[in-house]
Amino acid sequence: MASLGELERAVMDLLWAGHEAATANTLRDRLATTTEAKGDAAGHEGKELAVTTVLTVLSRLEKKGLVERERGMRPHRYQAVSSREDHTAELMHEVLGSAPDREAVLARFIGSVTDSEAETLRKLLGHI
Amino acid sequence: MFWTSYLLAVLAIVLAWPVPILLSRASWPARSPFTAMLLWQAIALAGGLSMIGAMLVYGLEPIGDNLISGLRGLADMVLFNAPTTALGFWHLFALSAAALLTAHLVFTLLLTYYKIERQRRRHRELLALLAAPSVDAARTVVISHDSPVAYCLPGGARSVTVLSDGLMAALEPAELRAVLSHENAHLNQRHHLLLWAFAAWRQALPWLPTTRLAQEAVNSLIEMLADDVALKSEGKATLIKAIAIVASGPTGGMTAGMGAGMAGSMAAAAIPSAHPGLALDGLEAPTGAVSGSARTTISRVSRLLSPEPQLPAAARGLVLAGSALLLAVPTALLIVPGLLG
Repeated sequence: MASLGELERAVMDLLWAGHEAATANTLRDRLATTTEAKGDAAGHEGKELAVTTVLTVLSRLEKKGLVERERGMRPHRYQAVSSREDHTAELMHEVLGSAPDREAVLARFIGSVTDSEAETLRKLLGHI
Repeated sequence: MFWTSYLLAVLAIVLAWPVPILLSRASWPARSPFTAMLLWQAIALAGGLSMIGAMLVYGLEPIGDNLISGLRGLADMVLFNAPTTALGFWHLFALSAAALLTAHLVFTLLLTYYKIERQRRRHRELLALLAAPSVDAARTVVISHDSPVAYCLPGGARSVTVLSDGLMAALEPAELRAVLSHENAHLNQRHHLLLWAFAAWRQALPWLPTTRLAQEAVNSLIEMLADDVALKSEGKATLIKAIAIVASGPTGGMTAGMGAGMAGSMAAAAIPSAHPGLALDGLEAPTGAVSGSARTTISRVSRLLSPEPQLPAAARGLVLAGSALLLAVPTALLIVPGLLG
């Protein structure tokens, strides 16, 4: 298994697909099976994945606010803070929204168009 | 030395108000966006320099014949407790204002950079988890979302262009290439640095007409520059159609198929000899107030539909010379008296 980034992605995919809290051990086992399958397909061996690595990944995700831990119980069980769809919606809201400093954060191909401006565009395109 | 501060103050006022208003109303920037971009940068830099310079020179007047001797005198007062009786209330006021304005500008620039970087980092983190690398292009990812969306997220080696499923479904390969080359132009030409500087400039002095006009103009000019790059590899009709499709599906209220169909009629209207009048029927407008970005879209489309020739070389040379002069004049007013005397 390669970088921490890829592991973060794999762990989030599992948590999003599972819909329920899981311990680091469970996640490690599931990761091992998925990577084995991938490793076979790609033609190289999947290396043994340590639980501590999974815990590192989980704490990084927790710091980013993507994963939360059920406290009190041991071993800790982890779950996604919100669904993949919610995160996508949040991201797209940021992109499509009209926050004043958004314009400096990213460059959209086309900005938002309002009614009256759509009318102007329509005229422009219609008059050819 | 009094006349120097007077001249600088006049320059500052001219650059803060009448000049940007005239430039923002002019039509030639659409013909030579690169030249216009340099002029806006010169106006912003010269404006800031003359504002600070005017106050500095006025405040230092009693203690030095020029900026250099004045600053030396000031350093003596601050560092070595030289007597400050020469400076009256208004001189101290002007000096403090110059120092505050300088600190405010630098601080806002840094703060804006920090805020932008933080938002970009957060955005990249989520993209890393949510988006899949594109098979079509390098440094491009695809996110699963129905509305046609394309944007680029600058970040040095981590710069990435993001396309939505809805966009991929709605665009023909050539249109997709036009969008990608437009976004790549933003990244290659480092447009985010301009966006950052002018966003900070506006953030620092929001009540000054020049900062708002400059930011809107720069936002619009970079789109034109990127369009020009896209036109090098793809046809004009292709680019217009791509713009129409993306503009027709703003907030995800409609499916990609509907968007594509409608945009098809828009683009058909855009291409001569096709049916006019079909354009944009039923286009849903997104929420929100009148935005500068839509005005940008309109000026982009009209520029593509009825292109005007680039400014003649002589006119461009004149604008460039004017930009250089704008920077040279306040600099010379500040420094030359010191060198001469």
